[in-house]
Amino acid sequence: MSENVTRRRMLMTLPVLAAAGIGAGFWKMLSGMGSGGFDPRAIHTPMLDRPLPDFSLPGLPDQGNGFGAADLRAQTRPVLLNFFASWCIPCVAEMPALREIAAHIPVWGIAYKDKPDNAARFVARDGSPFTRAALDLSGMTAIDWGVTGVPETFLILPGGRIAWHGASELTQRTYETQIAPVVRDAMTQSAVK
Amino acid sequence: MIGPEEGHFALALACVVALAQFVLPLYGASRHDRRLLALAPLLAVSQFIALALSFFCLVWSATHDDFSVQNVADNSAIAKPLLYKITGTWGNHEGSILLWTLILGLCGAAVALFGRGLPAILRARVIAILGGVSAGFQLFCLLTSDPFARVWPAPTDGRGMNPLLQDPGLAFHPPILYTGYVGFAVPFAFAVAALIEGRVDAAWARWVRPWAVAAWSFLTCGIALGSWWSYYVLGWGGYWFWDPVENASLIPWLTGTALVHSSIVVEKREALKIWTVLLAIATFSFSLSGTFLVRSGILNSVHAFANDPARGVFILGLLAVVIGGSLLLFAWRAPALVSGGLFAPFSREGALVLNNILLCSICAVVLTGTMYPPFMQLLFNRTISVGKPFFDAATIPLTIPLLAAMALGTMLPWKRAHARPVLRRLRLAAACAVIALGVACWTLSGLMPILCAVGAVWVIAASLTDLAGRLGLSHFNAAHTLARARSLPRSAFGATLAHIGAGVTVLGLCGMAQAQHAIVEVRPGHTETLGGYQWTLLGVHEAKGPNYTSLIADIAVRRHGRLVTVMHPSKRDFAAQSQTTTEVSIRTNLLWDLYSVIGDRHGAGSAATYVLRLHVNPLAPWMWLGGLIMAIGGFLSLSDRRLRVGAARRTAQVRGVAAE
Repeated sequence: MSENVTRRRMLMTLPVLAAAGIGAGFWKMLSGMGSGGFDPRAIHTPMLDRPLPDFSLPGLPDQGNGFGAADLRAQTRPVLLNFFASWCIPCVAEMPALREIAAHIPVWGIAYKDKPDNAARFVARDGSPFTRAALDLSGMTAIDWGVTGVPETFLILPGGRIAWHGASELTQRTYETQIAPVVRDAMTQSAVK
Repeated sequence: MIGPEEGHFALALACVVALAQFVLPLYGASRHDRRLLALAPLLAVSQFIALALSFFCLVWSATHDDFSVQNVADNSAIAKPLLYKITGTWGNHEGSILLWTLILGLCGAAVALFGRGLPAILRARVIAILGGVSAGFQLFCLLTSDPFARVWPAPTDGRGMNPLLQDPGLAFHPPILYTGYVGFAVPFAFAVAALIEGRVDAAWARWVRPWAVAAWSFLTCGIALGSWWSYYVLGWGGYWFWDPVENASLIPWLTGTALVHSSIVVEKREALKIWTVLLAIATFSFSLSGTFLVRSGILNSVHAFANDPARGVFILGLLAVVIGGSLLLFAWRAPALVSGGLFAPFSREGALVLNNILLCSICAVVLTGTMYPPFMQLLFNRTISVGKPFFDAATIPLTIPLLAAMALGTMLPWKRAHARPVLRRLRLAAACAVIALGVACWTLSGLMPILCAVGAVWVIAASLTDLAGRLGLSHFNAAHTLARARSLPRSAFGATLAHIGAGVTVLGLCGMAQAQHAIVEVRPGHTETLGGYQWTLLGVHEAKGPNYTSLIADIAVRRHGRLVTVMHPSKRDFAAQSQTTTEVSIRTNLLWDLYSVIGDRHGAGSAATYVLRLHVNPLAPWMWLGGLIMAIGGFLSLSDRRLRVGAARRTAQVRGVAAE
């Protein structure tokens, strides 16, 4: 009988234990969000570590020729590829950071579903961070790249391998903590080979 | 007298009153102090009045364009229509929390006003618990998300012209949904009060049930409205995306449905007491956690509010106190609750237990699918997304036995049932189900939609035969039937209606599983065939609205050469906000929807082509119609005299439902 009562008691404590476990998990997530260790918006990218998809896009008005997959593959240095749009507020916000990052690594831009003139004006407004810029008017290239929204940024290593992907506003800090280490690793590896 | 400072003050006042409402009656109940007990309803009503004043002040600030209030400056603008200035007050984080507490205050006041028949101690405890939860949320409001925060210098105009949010569906969706969420606070408070008291009996269940049914009805309405909104506004032709925010409303709905059913067993048979108490706590806990998850930004959702981890920490602390506290109390006190009536597995109790198991299994599946991505990321640092395929594959097989049992349950007598008479009464429903199987095999594709459609027809037919049986329709005597209809409790009609509504919703879902759509890029004059219709793009023209330019397409839809309708989907470009919205065009005949959307224009002049999205959605309106029927069923059973709050006395004889 008493064993039965004990079992009953234990059963009744299960809900509070489960809730405590979930609560502890939430607390860790929240504290992780504050320090940057946990990002609920991180997106799984099927393109990661794959060869880049084929495409060929026209340029923006007065911003030089467009580019395609072949141009990216032909690069001998790592390149950041940034999908942006003039109608996207985070893209506006990320521009200064992009300009700083462009001092370390070439940044190529693809305007996503944007009016050509708007995109060109947007790029040129405070000095373009992009080495080359192209226009994806239909958004089809973005679909091939698995882009879910703008801004998104990919790191492309020589030979056309996608080594990093970010689906949020790029910052100097993101570059230093996440992109630069990948670039360093890749360059030392290729030097060893 | 009216202004943001007054509103802020009223909110602070409400918070203090709520704290008093929490402490004094609880102390009074433990001391059996009549004066303190009598204070409870008074405090609850005063708290509500203070909150209402506070909320009115916020609305007043919005309608009077007081942009010195941060919230108004961010979410309103001079040019906004009056209706959306008002509804905009709860379209943002701060305002929605204030609305949330207002509804919670309303619940407390309702218990105070309608709960006169409750024993004074129980009522005082229920009101006290509600006061405690209220106080917590008001503190949250005051400390981390003050709706009355000021900006200086005040801007000359607000920045809140989001055209996507100017929609009647979105405007009235939150209050209804919140009433559903918050309404479950009352069963929660009853559960905690019962745990403190150490007693759960039939009378308790009878008091809890109307509150649970009311909250459930509102939640049903809210979910249906939200789904309908995403169907006609978002313009993707979808109605449910298994988005975390949607799941956060579905989870309490599932446990709430289980609660509504299990409390019947407590009321009639004094069994499942502990389970019912746990469900009452769980339902409100899920409601609260849903709010928390959405606002903390832990879940990746399209409906995100501005995320702020600091707020998240505060709500998490609040949740720990409310949920953790009540579950600790449960662990401590629930083992002492004595369980009553025994019953055979094949009985109405048995069917209701099965219903609870299935509903909670579905709930567990949805919960797992929703919580899996963040926990995967936390524990194994892997990002994954759980989507429609998982939810469909996991929930539908559980829905089919649920439908099968739903029909059976209402026909079974209490305590012990015999198969033969029940099966005899189900003959007609079974025949309908067989016919439905034939029709479904012919019209539907896919095993699951066919089985679900058969299940839905089975539920509707069985509910109708059950009602017919109770009304004595087989006697073919109008006077007899009328007399029976008069004596039959309204809750019986309500239950039948709710079950029929569930069947109608499932039929709608099955129909939508057969929806056809096409995305085409066409020139004006081109004809496209979809779903047996010929869709012709007659032309596209531009028109100017008050603050937007719109691109309007004229699409003629013909069937067998005969013109069915001309549709005008449009796309609005709000240049000032650099935003575009799609205005979907929907033509329905209640059996199927023709649904069209105009997308991008490529090229210019006479060479321009347009992207069109065309859908044929069979039975689409039934999904929301079913939800409405369910909610009406709930409200109808609320009007039952026997269930009217306070009508019951603890000494009252428990009378069984007129079962045969």
